[in-house]
Amino acid sequence: MSAGVWDWSQGVWDWAAANWYFPQEPGRGIRPRLVEHIRLAYASIAIGLALAIPLGLACVRWKVLYPPLLTGVNVLYAVPSIALFFLLLPYTGFSDWTAILPLALYTLVILLPNVVDGLNQVPDHVRQAAVAMGFGPLRRLVRVETPVAVPVIIAGLRVASVATISMVSVASLVGLGGLGRLILSDGFRRQFDAPIVVGVVLVVLLAFATDALLVLAQRLLTPWARRDRRRGGPRRRRRAAVSPVGAPALESTAVAPPGKG
Amino acid sequence: MEILDGLITWFGDPARWSGDSGIPARLGEHVYYSLLALVLSALIAVPIGLLTGHTGVGGFLTASLANFARALPTIGVLFLVVMAAGIGLVPVIAALVALAVPPILVNTHEGVRSVDPGLRDAADGMGMRGREVLLRLELPVALPLILIGLRTAAVQVVATATIAAYVGVGGLGRYIFDGQAQQNLSMILGGSVLVVALAVVTTLLFAGARRLLVAPGLRAQSATAR
Repeated sequence: MSAGVWDWSQGVWDWAAANWYFPQEPGRGIRPRLVEHIRLAYASIAIGLALAIPLGLACVRWKVLYPPLLTGVNVLYAVPSIALFFLLLPYTGFSDWTAILPLALYTLVILLPNVVDGLNQVPDHVRQAAVAMGFGPLRRLVRVETPVAVPVIIAGLRVASVATISMVSVASLVGLGGLGRLILSDGFRRQFDAPIVVGVVLVVLLAFATDALLVLAQRLLTPWARRDRRRGGPRRRRRAAVSPVGAPALESTAVAPPGKG
Repeated sequence: MEILDGLITWFGDPARWSGDSGIPARLGEHVYYSLLALVLSALIAVPIGLLTGHTGVGGFLTASLANFARALPTIGVLFLVVMAAGIGLVPVIAALVALAVPPILVNTHEGVRSVDPGLRDAADGMGMRGREVLLRLELPVALPLILIGLRTAAVQVVATATIAAYVGVGGLGRYIFDGQAQQNLSMILGGSVLVVALAVVTTLLFAGARRLLVAPGLRAQSATAR
């Protein structure tokens, strides 16, 4: 039994080594699929964040906007990704946009509540201190409220990025999808398990690596949090970051997070 | 408007409402897979979450496992199990369970962990044993979060059960894949509308369950608490 498992993993490893990259055919092999996966996932997350920040600001400024917008993104999230890919195909064809647009919209279900909660949780005395220092609304937003909201926004990004990276694979059903193509075309259609295993493992590794990058980004963007902890000051529990289903910290906003197809 | 007309025609076709590929049959299949996957996931995740939350042991392991499962690409799991077990219900349920376990597990664990220590002290003072504390205090207090975990999982499962059609076991996804194969836009849209409607109904059901099951005092509290 164990010898069989050993042989099998050896076979998977050999396949991965033999198919990693073909200098003569740059479009073939595992590496270009990985690069494509990173491109599709990161572009979706970046566009999602670029949409979530202005929408979140608008929701904080005009509170009536928030409930309908939140319902809207939640309904959109329930649309199967494969249906959105199919529906976009006639317009965007086999370009990256067919995968990126739906995935970017899906991230809003996590990012929008986190941006809104992040901005809303700025303590009143902090805001008042900024006003007393003569900060105008814009300067207050950029210099005070946004930095204070960073941990919550990054917690949302962590959940959204894991979900997006795993969902990119579904786009393989319309001929995109980075590592998903490895799983579908090289693996499933040829009834060959090595490419599927390699694809799944690389997707998981990519998700973990991205998560680590975001944790690092948070440390760099919020140096005061570390300083507080060293001084034994009030320890901020990284709420959503600790329990990243988005549910505990975001109970009132009720989101439907990650990883669906 | 043309799109809307097509959709109305598609839903209005009497043939759409009977037979093996009719909406009732497809909807039934979809609900069946989703429910089966959700119940199995709850049976796996809720007891483990209660136990790790109650004892405080294995919290890190639980979180890591849930994180790992969340990163797994659904179609990868689906195809691997298809190759191991053949086409059928097993791979679909396996892929959906892998999807549904993490949110239920993490929310159950967090729900029990975040029970007010004062309440636990009170239960101790009343002479409750570990088991009683878990079942009579921690479970009811954690219930709002557990329900949110279940709802999150249910919506994801309903949306993702669509993929089941790719390995040929029916469900509402059939309309989406067949619609694409026949270049029938109304069919893809019709299938999507049905999936979204099912997800909305699921959300409403959980809102109802919350009203019925969660103690009134907790309901008011968790509605305002952040």
